[in-house]
Amino acid sequence: MKILVCIKQVPDSAQIRVHPVTNTIMRQGVPTIINPYDLFSLEEALKIRDKFGGEVTVLTMGPPMASEALRKALAIGADRAILLTDRSFAGSDTLATTYALSQAIRKIEKVYGDQDIVFAGKQTIDGDTAQVGPGVAKRLNILQLTYVSKIESCDPEKREIILERRAEGGVQVLKTKLPCLITMLEGSNEVRRGTIDDSLRAARAQIVTWSAKDAEIADLTKCGLKGSPTIVKKVFAPTPRTDRAKLIEPGKTAGDTAEAMIGAIFARSASLEEDMTKLASGF
Amino acid sequence: MIEEKFDAIVIGAGMAGNAAAYTMASRGLKVLQLERGEYPGSKNVQGGILYADMLEKIIPNFREEAPLERHLVEQRFWMMTDRSHTGLQYRSDDFNEESPNRYTIIRSQFDRWFNKEAQAKGTIVIAETTVTQLVSDAYGKVIGVATDRRGGTIFADVVVIAEGVNGLLGSRAGLRETPKADHVALAVKEMHFLPRETIDARFNLHGDEGVVIEAAGTISKGMTGMGFIYTNKESISVGMGCLVSDFAGTTETPYGLLEAFKKHPSVAPLLEGSEVKEYAAHLIPEGGYKTIPELFGDGWVVVGDAAQLNNAIHREGSNLAMTSGRFAGEAIFQLKTRREPMTKQNLALYKKLLDESFVMKDLKKYKDMPALLHTQAKNYFLAYPKLMSNAMENFLRVDGTPKIDKEKASIRAFVKERNWTGLFGDAVRLARAWR
Repeated sequence: MKILVCIKQVPDSAQIRVHPVTNTIMRQGVPTIINPYDLFSLEEALKIRDKFGGEVTVLTMGPPMASEALRKALAIGADRAILLTDRSFAGSDTLATTYALSQAIRKIEKVYGDQDIVFAGKQTIDGDTAQVGPGVAKRLNILQLTYVSKIESCDPEKREIILERRAEGGVQVLKTKLPCLITMLEGSNEVRRGTIDDSLRAARAQIVTWSAKDAEIADLTKCGLKGSPTIVKKVFAPTPRTDRAKLIEPGKTAGDTAEAMIGAIFARSASLEEDMTKLASGF
Repeated sequence: MIEEKFDAIVIGAGMAGNAAAYTMASRGLKVLQLERGEYPGSKNVQGGILYADMLEKIIPNFREEAPLERHLVEQRFWMMTDRSHTGLQYRSDDFNEESPNRYTIIRSQFDRWFNKEAQAKGTIVIAETTVTQLVSDAYGKVIGVATDRRGGTIFADVVVIAEGVNGLLGSRAGLRETPKADHVALAVKEMHFLPRETIDARFNLHGDEGVVIEAAGTISKGMTGMGFIYTNKESISVGMGCLVSDFAGTTETPYGLLEAFKKHPSVAPLLEGSEVKEYAAHLIPEGGYKTIPELFGDGWVVVGDAAQLNNAIHREGSNLAMTSGRFAGEAIFQLKTRREPMTKQNLALYKKLLDESFVMKDLKKYKDMPALLHTQAKNYFLAYPKLMSNAMENFLRVDGTPKIDKEKASIRAFVKERNWTGLFGDAVRLARAWR
């Protein structure tokens, strides 16, 4: 099995700070991590490789320092890492990102052979769009399976995969043909700790670095800022809430307390009172 | 099973570990460095002040690249009572030199940089990996380490133990005793963020100039300890530390002392309006010369805080750590080039280099100081600051009392508190320990 995992390097949101003076995000000195959702996809890829053999390639697009994220992926157990980095990718939105990634995947298939499964994270913790995985699938014209909670079985001979997917109102059990693109749900597996060997290999590994030209990306106008129709109008830090919690003194009976509570809620939202009264009158 | 063998494994990526790794790797040795934190520097805490000279001896041009905060032009010593401080203040434009001597630094950033330099020289660094055990052969020679990752022992000719003050590995391997409560101080520290211009104005600074305030007195409630205030570029580090054994005997808490220190009328205006973004705590080896454990053995050396190399009087820890790391690296390199085995006998070279340097000479000079300050804590940290403050107030307040009476009253207060023999004894003891 040849498996490709798309990852992204993101700032560790647990350690990010807003500058107390300028209110901008202080990136300097904030450690970067692999987008946590990507790790569940990486782990699933490694599990399939361990079972059926083959190799796991990780791919990321980002600035040169994104190689650190790739090195971490190698230390967890991936076999190969490719960094797609080029000034012409700067300012990419999800549309431009999916274009560059899908072109790079085509190139990877040319160099390292066809990929049976492409994994991506469910979404990132910095952009939170959940668009890149599905976008890559569409551009590669392969099936997409998002929010996967479990891979039931995989048959490399029949080129079939059966998996469970979390959907609104329940779990879907799906059988589909390979190749496909999968995004894993968080908590669907336990991400492993690589061995000492993996760590040593990762520390020494040469990260394959491709420019737009190396990746044979055909149309540069679809990349970076030029290829991104998204416009960021404004960035702002959320203002702290000024609302205060209100303490309702307990009434004589539970009913009195409930009434006081409902009264307080309706006092703030007249439309809610209207809607609920209307609803109640239907019974 | 890892087949390959390293010339040296360095445990830990603090000042000592980075200095050792850099020294060895830059001389062509095959070095593996293991760090338990998420990245080198992530777990490292210090006030912190960097002494340029000791780093210069390792990386001469460090000023061009290293993340430095401010160079220090002013030092204040405060003897504090609850409402006052008697200060000694030294500021000199000579400190605004081309290559300044002391800087404030933020360790997480600095150590990360230092480690990258060691990596650039060829050190292989693996983070998020805890060494669980020193592995020895049948004769007791250390031949490698085991970690909390799968994959077994990693072998090396020599292991440099730079694991820090807790010394868990060393204790577990029986190379040293576990740190005693009266040999370590617990320090807590907060980072207070303020705009650069505000810090400049409050401390009378320009450009990258910085100030250090070190304070002792009633703020430590009779315990052996001190407070500190360091200026960084856009933040002020404020901290407080006391001997762990002292805390154990009271109901005081480290954060309680720090809160009181921050509210002190001399301190509060300096911090006003700041935003606290980080809180850290750390142990500091304070035992001095007499508590230094065995520093070398068959296949191992120990450096930095793990070796209790800290000059509590001058508050020099990281430079002793760096220097010991450098000497360990130097000694190992010399043995390696002479193709000599890493035996206890040969590694004594490391101790010899330390003995001949300022590290051991300074620690020897103050060998009696920790014990003195500890046993006499109530006098030095409570009685004298109060007497000094009263004498100063007495001297400065003009109220019609004849000056001769004022002087007599101040002297009487000293004698009443400690009596003549006590005063004489304290002075002699202090002078002796200092010498």
